[in-house]
Amino acid sequence: MRRMFWSLVAASALAGPAAAEKPLVADSLAKIKSVGREGQGNEAASAAWKTLVKSGGSALLPTLEAFAGANPTAANWLRSAVDAIVQAEEKVGRKLPAEDLKKFIDTKTNDPAARRIAYELFAKLEKETAGKMIAAMIDDPSLELRRDAIAVHLKEAKSDAKKLAPLFAAARDKDQVEEIAKALKKTEADITSHFGFVERWHVVGPFDSTKGTGFDKAYAPEAGVDLTATYEGKGGAKAAWKAVTAKPDSKGKQYAMVDLNAEQAKHKDAVSYAYAVVSLDKDTLVELRAGSTTSIKIFVNGKPVFARDEYHHGHVMDQHIGHTTLKAGKNELLVKICQNNQTEQWAQNWAFQLRICDATGGAVPFKLLSPEAK
Amino acid sequence: MNRILLLALFLGFAVPGTAADWPQFRGPNGASVSDEKDLPTTWTKTEGHRWKTALPARGVSGPVVVGNTIYLTASSGKKDDRLHVLAYNFKTGEQLWHRQFAATGGTNCHPMTCMAAPTPVADETGVYALFATGDLAAFDADGTLRWYRSLVGDYPTITNQVGMASSPILADGKLIVPMDNAGESFLAAIDTKTGTNLWKTDRLREINWVTPVTRSVDGRTPEILFPGRDGLSAYDAATGKRVWQLKGLGGDIPTPTVSNGLVYTPSRGLVAMKIEGGQGTEVWKSAKLSSGMSSPVVYDGVVYAASGAGVVNAADAKTGKSLWEERYGQKDKASASPVAGDGKVYVFAEKGLTTVFKAGRTAEILSTNDIGEEILGTPAVSGGAIIIRTDKTLFCIGK
Repeated sequence: MRRMFWSLVAASALAGPAAAEKPLVADSLAKIKSVGREGQGNEAASAAWKTLVKSGGSALLPTLEAFAGANPTAANWLRSAVDAIVQAEEKVGRKLPAEDLKKFIDTKTNDPAARRIAYELFAKLEKETAGKMIAAMIDDPSLELRRDAIAVHLKEAKSDAKKLAPLFAAARDKDQVEEIAKALKKTEADITSHFGFVERWHVVGPFDSTKGTGFDKAYAPEAGVDLTATYEGKGGAKAAWKAVTAKPDSKGKQYAMVDLNAEQAKHKDAVSYAYAVVSLDKDTLVELRAGSTTSIKIFVNGKPVFARDEYHHGHVMDQHIGHTTLKAGKNELLVKICQNNQTEQWAQNWAFQLRICDATGGAVPFKLLSPEAK
Repeated sequence: MNRILLLALFLGFAVPGTAADWPQFRGPNGASVSDEKDLPTTWTKTEGHRWKTALPARGVSGPVVVGNTIYLTASSGKKDDRLHVLAYNFKTGEQLWHRQFAATGGTNCHPMTCMAAPTPVADETGVYALFATGDLAAFDADGTLRWYRSLVGDYPTITNQVGMASSPILADGKLIVPMDNAGESFLAAIDTKTGTNLWKTDRLREINWVTPVTRSVDGRTPEILFPGRDGLSAYDAATGKRVWQLKGLGGDIPTPTVSNGLVYTPSRGLVAMKIEGGQGTEVWKSAKLSSGMSSPVVYDGVVYAASGAGVVNAADAKTGKSLWEERYGQKDKASASPVAGDGKVYVFAEKGLTTVFKAGRTAEILSTNDIGEEILGTPAVSGGAIIIRTDKTLFCIGK
C-alpha cells in the first residue's frame, strides 16, 4: 500500500503540475459552462473562473476547447478567462504554447470564435507562419479568419478574374462581395443569387394594425395560405394575393427588396404578409436572414421562427436572423410585415428582403416553387 | 478610505466616489461637476498632457476614475461585435488589464455611435461595464471577472437598432441598469456581488438614451430619477417601486441634474422643478436651454447648456433668466456633455475642439484647445487632470 502511495506521488511529480491541475481545470470549465439565465450559476462560475486563471498556461487550450457547446453567456466567461490567463503568462515571461495553438487553429471542427482567438495569440508568437496560415483560410468557418484571408488575396488579385472567382464564392461580408463583384463585372442578379435571396413572393394586405395591435393579431394567412383566397382587409377593403418579384431598392444598396409601398400603395397602421414556397434536397439547418425597417415575423411551415417588434430604426441586410431547419421537399415561408403610423419622411418605408443561408452566411441551395401554386 | 466613504458604506448609500473620483457618467451623481483645483486651461494634440496612450478600439463612452485606476470600454470588429473593457494606471497611462467579450445582442446602430456607448460605473471594488448589446459585466479592480450577463440572452426581445447608450449607475449599494428599448424595457437593480436581479421594474417599450440620476429624500434611501417618453419617474432604490411620475416631462437623450434642491430636466429645453411628495412644481422653464445630445451642467448658480447649433447658453440656475450665449465650435456641435470645476466650464465639440469658459454670469472664453481627434464621450475630471477619450487615444490633460 505504502509503495503504491509513493508510486502515485512520484508519477504525479513526473507528470508535473499540469497533470495535477487537470481535474481542477475540467471542473472549473464545467461550472462556467453551467451558467444560465439571469445570473444563474454566477457565484460558482466566478469561483471557477479564478481557479481556471490561477491554473495558468496549462488551462489555455482546455479553455479554448471548452468553447465547443458553450452557450453565448458561458462563452464570454471563457473568453475573458483566456485574456486573463494570457496576461498572467506574459507578465511572468512564460511563452504560450505555439505548437498547440497552431494545432487548435488547424482543426477546423473547433469552435470558430475560439479558433480566431487562438489565431490572434499565435500570430503574436509566429507572425510569419500565421501570415502563411491565413492565406489558406478563404473558406474558413470563422468569418473573421475568412474575411482576413480574402482581404490578403484581394490585394494580390487586383483584376485577375481567375484569382478573383474563388474569392467571390468564398466571400460572405457584403462589402467584400460587392468589391469583388465590381472587379469581376458581376451583375446585380449574380450578387442576389450569391447571397441566396428569395426573389419571388406572393403578398397580401393590408390588414389593420391600429396602435400596433396587428403584430400580435393572427390574421387568416397565419392559419394557412390559400393563394386563391380573398380576405377582408383594413377598413373592409378586399385583400387578395398578388405575385411580386423582388427588386433592388431605388438607391441600389439593398438586394431583392419587396417594396410594399409599391405593391400595395402606401398604408399606415397596417399588416401585410408575403409567402413563398421553397424546396430543398435534404433536411438543412438554416438561417433565415431578413432586413426590414419595420416590425417583422417569420413563419416556416406554419411555425414562428423569428419576431421583432421595432419600427424605423434603420434597414440593414441580415439585421434579423431566424434559426430553423428546412425539411427535404417543400417548405412554406410566410413573412409578416407591420407598418406603424409615424409621419416623418424617414418613416415611410415599408419593405423587406429575406435570404436563406448557412451559419457563415453562405447561400443554401433551394428551388423556388412559387409563384406557381403550392 | 475617508470618513465620508466609510459612513456612506455603513448606511448603504450610493458610493459616488471620493472627491477625486469620477466614478460614472458625468461624474459624482451625474452632475458633471468636480471639486478639483488647478485644472488645465490650455493644451494641444502634443502639449499639455501628462501622458497619452493609443486605444485598441473606438468608443463613445466616457472614461471613469476611481483611486489610481481609469476604466474604459471600447468596441471593434467588422460588425462592431468585439467588446473591450480596459483599465489604465491613472498616474502613468500604463494599461493594467484588457478583457474582451463577443457581443450577444444586435450590433446595428447609427454610424455615429457604437456598442461601447454606455459609460461604465466603478467603485473601490472594481468596475461594471454595460454595452449597447446588452452585455453586462463586473470586474474586480485587478481584472478578475466577478460576473457576466447577457441581458439579450435573458430577455430576447431587447432591441434598439439606433444603438443604446444609457449608462448604469450605483445606488443604495446596487447596480442600477436602465434598459429602455423597443422590446422588453426595464429598470433593474443588480446584486453587485453576484450579478443576479434584486428587482426589475417594467418600463415603457420605447427607445431612450437617458442615464438615471439619484436624489436622497429622507437622508437614507435614494430615489432614482429616470425620464422617458412617458414622463419623469422616480423609483425607490430599495424596492424598485415607482413612487411618483410627472407626465409630460422628460426627453430621451440628455440627462437630468439634481442641484440645490431642484431637478433640472431636459424637456423641450430645460425645466427646473421643485419636487415634494411626488408633486412637481415648475420653478422655471427655458426653451433656449435646449442641449441637443449633451446634458446641461449646473455650476455655482449658473446653468450651462451646449446646444446642437454650436452655442453655449447660460442662465441663472434659480430663475432661468438668460445670462449670456457664446459659440463653442466652428460649424460643430457637442455630443459629450460639458464638465465644470475650478471655476471653469469645459465644452467639447465633436471634432476635438474644447472651449474653456470662465464660469460666471458673463461670457468669457479662457481658451480653445484643439486635440485633433473626435471627442464624443464625456471626459472625466480627477487628480487635477481632465481625462479625454477620443476615437483613437486616451489623453490625461494636466500639469
